[in-house]
Amino acid sequence: MSRLSYKRLAGAPRLGVALRAVVAVFGGYALAAAATAALALWLPMARSDAVLTGTLLSFLIYTGAVLWAFSTRSVARAWVGILVPAALCAALAWLGGA
Amino acid sequence: MKGGLRQSMAWLHTWSGLLLGWLLVAIFITGTSAYFRDEISFWMAPELHQSVASEATPELAWATLGATAPDARAWDIILPHDRSPVAELRWQPDTPEAAEGGGRRRGERVEMDAGSGEILEPRASRGGDFLYRFHFELYGVPRIWARWLVCVATMMMLVAIVSGVITHKKIFKDFFTFRPGKGQRSWLDAHNATAVLALPFHFMITYSGLLIFMVMLMPWGMNAAYEEGWRGFFNDVFPRQEATATGGAPAAMVGAIRPLVNRAEATFGQPAQRISVSWPNRDNARIEISTGKEAAITDRRRGGNPTLVFDGRGDLLETKPGLYDDGASARIYNLMVNLHLARFADPATRWLFFLFGVVGSAMAVTGMLLWVSKRTQQLRGREPGFNLRLVNGLNMAAITGLMTAMAGYFIANRLLPADLAGRESWEIRVFFLTWLATLLHALVRPHRRGWIEQLAALALLWLAVPLVNLATTDSHLFSAIAWRHGALASFDLVCLLIAAGAGYALWRLAVHRPARKPARAARAARALPEGETAS
Repeated sequence: MSRLSYKRLAGAPRLGVALRAVVAVFGGYALAAAATAALALWLPMARSDAVLTGTLLSFLIYTGAVLWAFSTRSVARAWVGILVPAALCAALAWLGGA
Repeated sequence: MKGGLRQSMAWLHTWSGLLLGWLLVAIFITGTSAYFRDEISFWMAPELHQSVASEATPELAWATLGATAPDARAWDIILPHDRSPVAELRWQPDTPEAAEGGGRRRGERVEMDAGSGEILEPRASRGGDFLYRFHFELYGVPRIWARWLVCVATMMMLVAIVSGVITHKKIFKDFFTFRPGKGQRSWLDAHNATAVLALPFHFMITYSGLLIFMVMLMPWGMNAAYEEGWRGFFNDVFPRQEATATGGAPAAMVGAIRPLVNRAEATFGQPAQRISVSWPNRDNARIEISTGKEAAITDRRRGGNPTLVFDGRGDLLETKPGLYDDGASARIYNLMVNLHLARFADPATRWLFFLFGVVGSAMAVTGMLLWVSKRTQQLRGREPGFNLRLVNGLNMAAITGLMTAMAGYFIANRLLPADLAGRESWEIRVFFLTWLATLLHALVRPHRRGWIEQLAALALLWLAVPLVNLATTDSHLFSAIAWRHGALASFDLVCLLIAAGAGYALWRLAVHRPARKPARAARAARALPEGETAS
């Protein structure tokens, strides 16, 4: 798909909303899950404390991600702003688990 | 999105609110009733109303279990307390199935008159538990799906709360603004007021609702840090003693339990609440007597009560003062869960939570009405289309319909014969049939007349609850007041209040004419569930 047609598609209101909703619901969850796993492994406190702190924060992270997905100027920004931190957290969790 | 942060948040608030609004209204209303779950269950079992706690209650319970289930795996006696005047006796038969469940299965359960020791046989009813369970796992849907659905709605509610706050830049000014009798503006003001008034409550109830299901919703931290996942986490944070797997040789236990109860009460300075025995009448019997506690709200919910542990002969084995040194995160978790369940609450606090629940329900309800009101106003007098009528009809079924069905449930409790087979299911069937009837009615008449008819049904049925109670039991409003039984009397009074509230709404909608009648608004508001502009 060429750059131009992608832009036109993402600019269409309904598709834009759908794309934002997808990244909000699934990307947001992925970010919250990965961040929770990373916090559980990396927070400098007792293991159970780190796990629970991460889990307590997870729902706030998810909320923040949903708000982000619907408030950015472009759909691309919404996706990048959620998926890049999610990938970073997943990498951290993977490193911590190794 | 176009138009800046506030506009996009308003958009998000409107649509996430509408999509799961009906479910949230149902969750809020049934969840609010769950603050009085024990009291509702008690009201729905008039056969228990004569029970009064006495000094002899523990002894009576001890003797009853000794005669009924001498060779059980475990006994549990829940002594009468301020929310229930009966003694609850539970035991787990020593069967292979019970052994498989690690001794954690429910087992058998009876209620005992705390004064006479007689086993009571209340009419079969799910009582307040049905409404309580409905608020997080609905009914007749596979439990796991229902819980996920409710949690998705809860998550959307959290998003709606935060986006609602952002939408609202003049949050405090708006809170003091109320413009009654102005259709859409009034619904908006009421929605704002109920939302802001109880904002901390709304945030707490939503966030803690998610935390209660964190193992299902967000197990990834636990899975990452513990080999055994959430089980490992819980064993680490909330360690519990596993029951001994097998019973020993038969051996007599203490004949009188009262001295042990007295000792526990003297040790901790609190009344005893629960007597638990594992492997009664065996040589490895353990008798645990727990008392109440002056709990901090950040204390864990379970297992924290001061307890004396005895062996079967009554020799003290262990004193558990019930103090735990939880970390900061565990204290926050405990705080949130405790606030959600409000098990700690004394009657005044319980009423306060109930009122917050009512305000929360009102917030959800006014939000739904606002959605319809705004779009009706935009029609400027044209006939509403299919979508708007559908939303209006579903609103009606979700709001007045659910409330009417609840009244039907309570009336069924009094009118269905006590010996009806599957009686408790019939009560629930009456609930859903009433609800279905209101839904069909709402879809056929999704306009002002429809609201008038549903409000009339709502007022009549809630008025009927205390009247039917008066006709069919001895523990009606008058005797409840004479006995100074607050819970029973309050139940009937709340029914009357709901009937009065519905009656007032009916009057506003059907009869009341405002002094000023702006012609434009009057033309526009035909489908409004609010009388003053729809004249």
